[in-house]
Amino acid sequence: MSGVRLLVGTKKGAFVLSSDGTRKEWSVSGPHFAGWEIYHLKGSPVDPDRIYASQSSGWSGQVMQRSDDGGATWKVMDNKFLYEGEAGTHQWYDGTPHPWEFKRVWHIEPSLTSADTVYAGVEDAALFKSTDGGGSWAELPGLRTHGTGPAWQPGAGGMCLHTVILDPANPERMFIAISAAGAFRTDDGGATWKPINKGLHSRYIPDPTAEVGHCVHHMAMHPGRPQTLFMQKHWDVMRTDDAGESWREVSGNLPTDFGFVVDVHAHEPETVYVVPIKSDMEHFPLDGQLRVYRSRSGGEEWEPLTKGLPQSNCYVNVLRDAMAVDSLDDCGIYFGTTGGQVYASPDGGDSWQAIVHDLPAVLSVEVQTLA
Amino acid sequence: MKAIRVELPAHLRVLAGLGREVRVEVDEAAGPVTQRRLLDALEAAHPMLAGTIRDHAADQATKVRRPFMRFFACGEDLSHVSPDEELPEAVVNGDEAFLVVGAIAGG
Repeated sequence: MSGVRLLVGTKKGAFVLSSDGTRKEWSVSGPHFAGWEIYHLKGSPVDPDRIYASQSSGWSGQVMQRSDDGGATWKVMDNKFLYEGEAGTHQWYDGTPHPWEFKRVWHIEPSLTSADTVYAGVEDAALFKSTDGGGSWAELPGLRTHGTGPAWQPGAGGMCLHTVILDPANPERMFIAISAAGAFRTDDGGATWKPINKGLHSRYIPDPTAEVGHCVHHMAMHPGRPQTLFMQKHWDVMRTDDAGESWREVSGNLPTDFGFVVDVHAHEPETVYVVPIKSDMEHFPLDGQLRVYRSRSGGEEWEPLTKGLPQSNCYVNVLRDAMAVDSLDDCGIYFGTTGGQVYASPDGGDSWQAIVHDLPAVLSVEVQTLA
Repeated sequence: MKAIRVELPAHLRVLAGLGREVRVEVDEAAGPVTQRRLLDALEAAHPMLAGTIRDHAADQATKVRRPFMRFFACGEDLSHVSPDEELPEAVVNGDEAFLVVGAIAGG
């Protein structure tokens, strides 16, 4: 009997939502790590019982947790994230140099081939790796030190490395994204990196086509099409078909192309989902109507999905890591809101139901498809 | 060895699986019982607390108190006292507890 397990990170704890393959009835466990901010949890694709969690607080900083039994019990792991060598400076909000300072882990990306290997994207932006199941962490310093670092600047949420995508066809290739620096790619396992921002156009930076400085909010890839990435930038939904060498805008008929999440259908590489948000100042849906937009043509042409979603007086946000897709047939789509709802669609977005209504603000949603 | 009484805030008690008060052994023969030596001993006995009261540092001797964690004892705020200054006698003698407190901010 197949099933799914949602891993939901919130401002005040983690929740695990489980269902069978019908995805109609759900059980909820939590809060785990009550009172702490859980920026992200993610399970290993090699061993679904292995789950990593990033736990942090303004008082006591970063804690890393690991479960080996599908989230039933947890163990505190190493939380020592020290930059390799001289930390250097990046650009502060006022344009002055500011020293790199570790603040928290935004995103955890377990390896596709080893349950003990896992990557952590952190604020201030850097990429760390553990090869012992989170027992110790070492920076991959080639990213932070590759040359443009002094020009990187924090977005409103901090200077965070929030997206890590592993290429299933090429174990040496990874994509990452940083707010506000842009997208980067490595082809040698993280030793060296190159900015991949050609084609991005950002009106809010001095040179709109600069090599770095773009506020990329999130990126997504279909595992069967590793050359193709979709990006939700601060404004603009973008697409590349050459692994980031060049990007083109595919916002098309979206009512607004500001937003945070983007994801790709598990079985249809040209079916893409975004949640348009009104603007950079007004982080809520247009007209108080929560609408997921789906494109079945890889962008440009988008349709609103509204069945089961609130269509009046809805002023929540959907944050960058708060959408996920399962790999069942039909593909399930999930997202969480800053109002504490987690919505599920068991039919590729055609209809939605709220699994829970009143969690703390949702920071992240991941889904595990269980055999 | 001196057993120093330390009170932790609720969120760290849960994290470390400890009660309200924990007793931390510090070797007074090795030198004055200071805040740094007390916290080093606390972290050695309960490694999951490392990085949660003081930030990690490449060098153990440069660890500093996290901005929203405060240290009180004997009715005094010791947060800004040098970590290498000897703790109050009442704390060293075990008459008073060393309080680790989450500031009224930070969450």
